[in-house]
Amino acid sequence: MARDKIYLEEVFPSPFMQLWLVFRKTPVAMAGFSCFIFLIVLAIFGPVLAPHSPVEGQLNMPLLPPAWHANGDVSYLLGTDELGRDMLSRLMYGTSLTFGLSFIVVLISLVVGVIIGSLSALTTGLKSSFLNHFLDVILSIPSLLLAIVIVAILGPGIDNTVWAVVMVLIPQFVHITRYAVKEEFRKGYVLASRLDGASPFRILYYSIFPNIVDRIMSQATLAQSAAILDIATLGFLGLGAQIPLPEWGATLANGLDLFYIAPWTVYLPGLAILFAVVATNLVGEGIRHALKLRKER
Amino acid sequence: MIIFTLRRLSLFIFTMLLLTLLSFSLSFLFPGEAVINLSGAINATPSQLALLNESYQTDSNIFFQYLAYLKHILDGNLGLSMASQSVISHEILNLLPATIELSIVALLIAMFIGIPLGFIAAIKHNKPTDNIILSVSMLGYSIPVFWLGLLAILIFSISLGWFPSAGQISLLFEIKLVTGIQFIDILLSDSPYKWQAFSDATAHIILPACVVAVAPATIFIRLARTSMIEVLKTSYIRAASAKGLSFQQIIVRHAIRNALIKIIRHVGLQFANLVTIAMVTEVIFSWPGIGRWLIVSIDQRDYTAIQSGLLVLSCFIFVVHILTDFIYAALNPLARGAKHGS
Repeated sequence: MARDKIYLEEVFPSPFMQLWLVFRKTPVAMAGFSCFIFLIVLAIFGPVLAPHSPVEGQLNMPLLPPAWHANGDVSYLLGTDELGRDMLSRLMYGTSLTFGLSFIVVLISLVVGVIIGSLSALTTGLKSSFLNHFLDVILSIPSLLLAIVIVAILGPGIDNTVWAVVMVLIPQFVHITRYAVKEEFRKGYVLASRLDGASPFRILYYSIFPNIVDRIMSQATLAQSAAILDIATLGFLGLGAQIPLPEWGATLANGLDLFYIAPWTVYLPGLAILFAVVATNLVGEGIRHALKLRKER
Repeated sequence: MIIFTLRRLSLFIFTMLLLTLLSFSLSFLFPGEAVINLSGAINATPSQLALLNESYQTDSNIFFQYLAYLKHILDGNLGLSMASQSVISHEILNLLPATIELSIVALLIAMFIGIPLGFIAAIKHNKPTDNIILSVSMLGYSIPVFWLGLLAILIFSISLGWFPSAGQISLLFEIKLVTGIQFIDILLSDSPYKWQAFSDATAHIILPACVVAVAPATIFIRLARTSMIEVLKTSYIRAASAKGLSFQQIIVRHAIRNALIKIIRHVGLQFANLVTIAMVTEVIFSWPGIGRWLIVSIDQRDYTAIQSGLLVLSCFIFVVHILTDFIYAALNPLARGAKHGS
């Protein structure tokens, strides 16, 4: 009988791997995760794959219904809008605007927030208490309202929307990182490496970050779903992406006047937003579920 | 309780100072001159401008300018709207009650639907009922609110024709503005068609309020579920069941009360969220509230209006925040401060 393992060695996977091992076994979370990967691929390659231009319309075929309709055309799979622009191409380009930008937004605010949060966790006294109260005031303002304020200062536009949402999300990451780092610092293994003479930054990098990465990821999924909704809402209100850009919220607002004649111009971008947010939330739920199971064990 | 009140009061003053400071600094961040952004007098003649400069003390240092601004706010003078040159404080007084009305009705709907569902999910923890309620709630907070509003209009007002799609009340009814809250105004008025007006206003508010309520309701479901699960795990529940109370008696007499207290604490935070959702919904349903007015002002680059609108809205949210804190403290002695023996 062949034995792959000669030595009875126990393997301890890293916290991140542990999370993945549990996450892999939840079918719903994996379904959400594959949708998430699909959206990322679409956000990167969408502009290459799109069959038509998202801004140049075929003026001779406006308001074509989707292909499964009696009057539909297969070369315009999801129909066209009032200027004859292909809805499918607009949605594909929109993926890189709404979903892709929200992903980048979350990455930027994650990096900035985690750096500020871990630095602030190392400080104590008046500075730390001031930061805490300041964060509490900021966190009590809803994210969309804050984003609207920042856009009002910067002026409408997609790039200003991105900065607004980044600034809105940073405090959340600061808060969660600060809390998690402080909690880990009280644990025995950190004390052990401190007694070995490790500097705070070394402890932060080698001991703490691997242990809090799962919590930060869980927060990142929450932030991502908020970012998608905020970017789309600002686009819908006309404060975000401006007219020709096929951002999902802006596309939806564009179809508003034709709602009754051409309902697909409103249904489809809304469904796209819903799909993206649900996929993100499923991944988040999966992570939180895995975290809970690990804690209970 | 007195110490608690004093602490809240100091927090209130501190936050108000921070908010006015923010709104004051906005006038410098916006393009254009600070005095004109503050007062909204875009067509001022040189002599009027000199008067404004004096009243806002633009020549003295920034601290005195801020004091002058505070004095203007305390006098109730928020300047003129740049777009329409109307007095902003009057406009806000007319619009804010409509938003309050919509938010309160939505909050009540969200609580009456969300909390019982959350309790049911917690009682049936890890059973199919729980999973169904949880998945529905996830769908609920994933839906973009503007899309939900449009679908609601398409289904309930255009296809089925059950509810009107826009506005606060049919234009046929002439209701004099007293408090600004439509329902109270209708009851106060002496119109012979009072009850028709009342039912018309009810029909107008149902659709937007339900749309606003969806996302907070799902959050209430989760809050109620977690707090109920926590309560059911405590030792006093075990003691009650050891005493021989039936499951139903335990839930009604002990669990629901203790779980509710924990939820009330979050109502204030949820209210802020709800007001933002209400702002977007007001745009879709043409609800004459402050949210729609603010978004239109941003579109028109009406800086004076944006500044004062934000100030008033955030003050309102914060006041509700403090109020729920008080209600929570009044209901739960443990929250008032020093916990003896715990």
